Amino acid sequence: MTNTWQDIKNANVVLVMGGNAAEAHPCGFKWVIEAKIENAAKLVVVDPRFTRTASVADVYAPIRPGTDIAFLNGVIRYLLQKDAIQHDYVRAYTNAGLIVKDGFEFKDGLFSGYSEEGRHYDKSTWDYEFDDKGFAKVDNSWQDPRCVINLLRQHVDRYTPEMVSRICGTPQDKYLQICELFASTAAPDKALTSLFALGWTQHSVGAQNIRTMAIIQLLLGNIGVAGGGMNALRGHSNIQGLTDVGLLSNQLPGYLSIASDQETTFDRYMESRQFKPLLPGQTSYWQNYRKFFVSFQKAVYGEAARAENDWAYDWLPKLDVPLYDIIRAFEMMSNGEMNGYICQGFNPMQAFPDRGKTRRALGKLKFLVTMDPLDTETSRFWEDFGPQNPSDASSVKTEVFQLPTTCFAEENGSLVNSTRWLQWHWKAAEAPGEAKSDIWIMSRIFHRLRELYRSEGGAFPDPILNLTWDYTNPTDPDPEELAKDMNGRALADLKDSSGAVTVRAGKLLDGFAQLRDDGTTASGCWIFTGSYTEQGNQMMRRDATDPREQGLAPNWAWAWPANRRILYNRASADPAGKAWNPQKPIIEWNGTQWAGIDVPDYGPTVKPADSVGPFIMNAEGLGRLFARDTMAEGPFPEHYEPFESPSENLLHPKVQTNPAARIFASDQKALGTRADFPYVATTYRLTEHFHYWTKHALINAILQPEEFVEIGEVLAKEKGIDQGSWVRVWSKRGTVVCKAYVTKRIGPMLVDGKPTHVIGVPLHWGFTGQARKGYGANTLTPAVGDANTQTPEFKAFLVNVERSNGPVA
Amino acid sequence: MNLSRRGFIKLTGAALATSSLGALGFQHDGEALAAAIRPFKLTATTETRNTCTYCSVACGILIYSRGDRAKNARSQIIHIEGDPDHPVNRGTLCPKGSALLDIVQAPTRLKAPRYRAAGSGEFKEVSWDFAIDRIARLIKDDRDKNFIARNAAGTTVNRWTTTGMLAASASSSETAYLTWKVARSLGMVVFDNQARV
Repeated sequence: MTNTWQDIKNANVVLVMGGNAAEAHPCGFKWVIEAKIENAAKLVVVDPRFTRTASVADVYAPIRPGTDIAFLNGVIRYLLQKDAIQHDYVRAYTNAGLIVKDGFEFKDGLFSGYSEEGRHYDKSTWDYEFDDKGFAKVDNSWQDPRCVINLLRQHVDRYTPEMVSRICGTPQDKYLQICELFASTAAPDKALTSLFALGWTQHSVGAQNIRTMAIIQLLLGNIGVAGGGMNALRGHSNIQGLTDVGLLSNQLPGYLSIASDQETTFDRYMESRQFKPLLPGQTSYWQNYRKFFVSFQKAVYGEAARAENDWAYDWLPKLDVPLYDIIRAFEMMSNGEMNGYICQGFNPMQAFPDRGKTRRALGKLKFLVTMDPLDTETSRFWEDFGPQNPSDASSVKTEVFQLPTTCFAEENGSLVNSTRWLQWHWKAAEAPGEAKSDIWIMSRIFHRLRELYRSEGGAFPDPILNLTWDYTNPTDPDPEELAKDMNGRALADLKDSSGAVTVRAGKLLDGFAQLRDDGTTASGCWIFTGSYTEQGNQMMRRDATDPREQGLAPNWAWAWPANRRILYNRASADPAGKAWNPQKPIIEWNGTQWAGIDVPDYGPTVKPADSVGPFIMNAEGLGRLFARDTMAEGPFPEHYEPFESPSENLLHPKVQTNPAARIFASDQKALGTRADFPYVATTYRLTEHFHYWTKHALINAILQPEEFVEIGEVLAKEKGIDQGSWVRVWSKRGTVVCKAYVTKRIGPMLVDGKPTHVIGVPLHWGFTGQARKGYGANTLTPAVGDANTQTPEFKAFLVNVERSNGPVA
Repeated sequence: MNLSRRGFIKLTGAALATSSLGALGFQHDGEALAAAIRPFKLTATTETRNTCTYCSVACGILIYSRGDRAKNARSQIIHIEGDPDHPVNRGTLCPKGSALLDIVQAPTRLKAPRYRAAGSGEFKEVSWDFAIDRIARLIKDDRDKNFIARNAAGTTVNRWTTTGMLAASASSSETAYLTWKVARSLGMVVFDNQARV
């Protein structure tokens, strides 16, 4: 989230699209109700299903799963045509006026540079025209036909209200009513907030769904302001933290990234990351990349990371493919290319696409280690549970370790919530039996391994033998020691330009501005610097004071970066430094510095007259309506159909799906056609359950005891399916037999004139726990992911359905 | 007067037992009635601040356990509720958070390491020593056999692709950092967490 949960109350319009906050984030959703009651905000919900969020909306519109870009590109067209954009904001804070390179074009569904064999783009034309100093050319009068705003206008011109309605199945009147509400927030003192979740990410165009909305928010001047922003609600208690600390195939902590095979030297690695400003005088904060990276290597490898060995650059693995994501991992496993897999608090049997493939792949491993407080399906994938998990255990040769761990109530530590707050929590009791913390288990495994490498030698032992491990109890480090490591400390006396010592050697750092690239500082996660200082553990703070009751609570816990509560908050003020919305200012220029209720996301004394852009992480300092080469499938968003779709792509039938999305041949074969599978399916959560955990909790297992699918009344009648009767639902990949829940909440939509039915598939059941046995929604889903992130397309695929008898054991 | 929330409840409870009952004309029965009131069940518990383990709203919670944290006393969690001081949830919890006690005490909580041998039809309880030894051996053998120090072009790549790991997005950031260090020092690249899906 760019903003905070409480800040939602400052919105004038709340858009919930790609999520269902009332059911999935109930205690955060109360701030939407607060906005409605206290700020007369309008709630707009766009969803295939009339959810509980929709039930309190001012306007609800249905949409066919997987067509959000068509809807939102239509909104962009509407805003540009009605000139309902915040002109001064767009001109000063976005790349609207930058001129795009000759040669960049979009034609018949493809951008310039496409290669069909590799399913990827040569992105060299996806950039600005540069002058001889290397700065982008700008026309802020927007007269040049090649400036970004004009190309954007041209790009979205095809998304007329008629076309949007044909693709999305959304009635035109509802759609136009929503366009009008969006437009109302183009006024400088009005804001729209966008609340979204996996309903946007779990598509083959997931990242572009979010980009399309970000473009709208920039055009409306809604980024950086109170009651605005792009707010990813996020699903797990520390999914933000695990992302921040870089537990992803291509990441290092703090959004630094793993090198590719092409980055053969440290210098080349640095070159492609220390972005030089693309406009004069811009901050381009990633110029500091080297300081963050060197400090990280010092934290991890200590004395062994030295200038002479390029700070142990070669000790980190390099990637020969963009990602070893989970879809690739299970493809490799299926092909016998993997031997071991460790699942720490993760249940891929239920969570990953094409569950049959997942089960078969796990059976090809030599060993599987699970670490979990609960008895998971993954740890028992080899065991026969009847139709819900058919298996001949004797033929499965995988060794399986089921390691019991502590749960949240039995450990100390911090979690990062969706609004980037690092909140400390405390242990309330011992774990049951012999269960141990993940820290204890990982430390023991590491120590045993290190002993083996010391005594036997082995493949490249240097990073293992030199890993820093200065913990009081080496086999069970205290979380506070680890938190201090991430915050970082001075390794030598740090001096300012006059030679005066600013930080003594050994002292904890106050902020990432103190980090150096000469090996005199160490920090395990630069964006967390400031969270644990000499003043103590800032994550434990519990002062809920809230200046002007504006929803920041700046002294509650600690927020990254630098305890900043609203990202890009320089954009809350106009170019001269006055708040766009005088009722709800965040920071303003007081003549000598930026002051207000939040930590400025900006140089604290940079004058407005210096024209430094508010988006300091971007090399041009501006918000990007045109994404340059940062996205896989294009610098502007384009509608592509889901890989399984009930409809032709009406815009360009020859380019049906995302042309840059990767799909493995075996997964391609497992895609169904609309002739065999005429109904669209989409997965979702229930408010009574959390993934595959709460079926282990008695109350939740009682509240929603058994697997069901949600079917609209019209389809149910057509198929002779009664309320509560058994149905068989199947895709090309698998079959689920469960109960039918027949509702008015999912009606047929008219897609290009044809009635299209959507079936809802809640995802919570499996074969362990206290609820009744179930198959799990991912028995049905396809293994194809977003072209950028490889997040699977769980939210739009095809199935068939018929009345049935109960499952046969 | 510096009054804790718990203290305030105690105090008003006491006042109810005397003055308000008195005002209603129960002077004589007041004492007996007050004595018959069941003691507030959380009176003798220890309160611990924590965060709900489910979604990322990160509601503040208060965990109540029996036991005074003395060296040899084993705490037992008996109640969990929303933290009224928390600026986001302000004491409220959803249908999942309200039932947190049931996940802490789920009968399917794992209590001992278990091992299933190749082709076996059952799990067997094993010692931590056995599990850690065997896992370390399997990891090392696979890494030593399949570690890629250089690619075909001769570039140092130091990666290991034949064993992978999924990290837990409900674990703490401190756990995550330690896990990162261990996984990457081995050269692991097949490495993700729930944020990937």
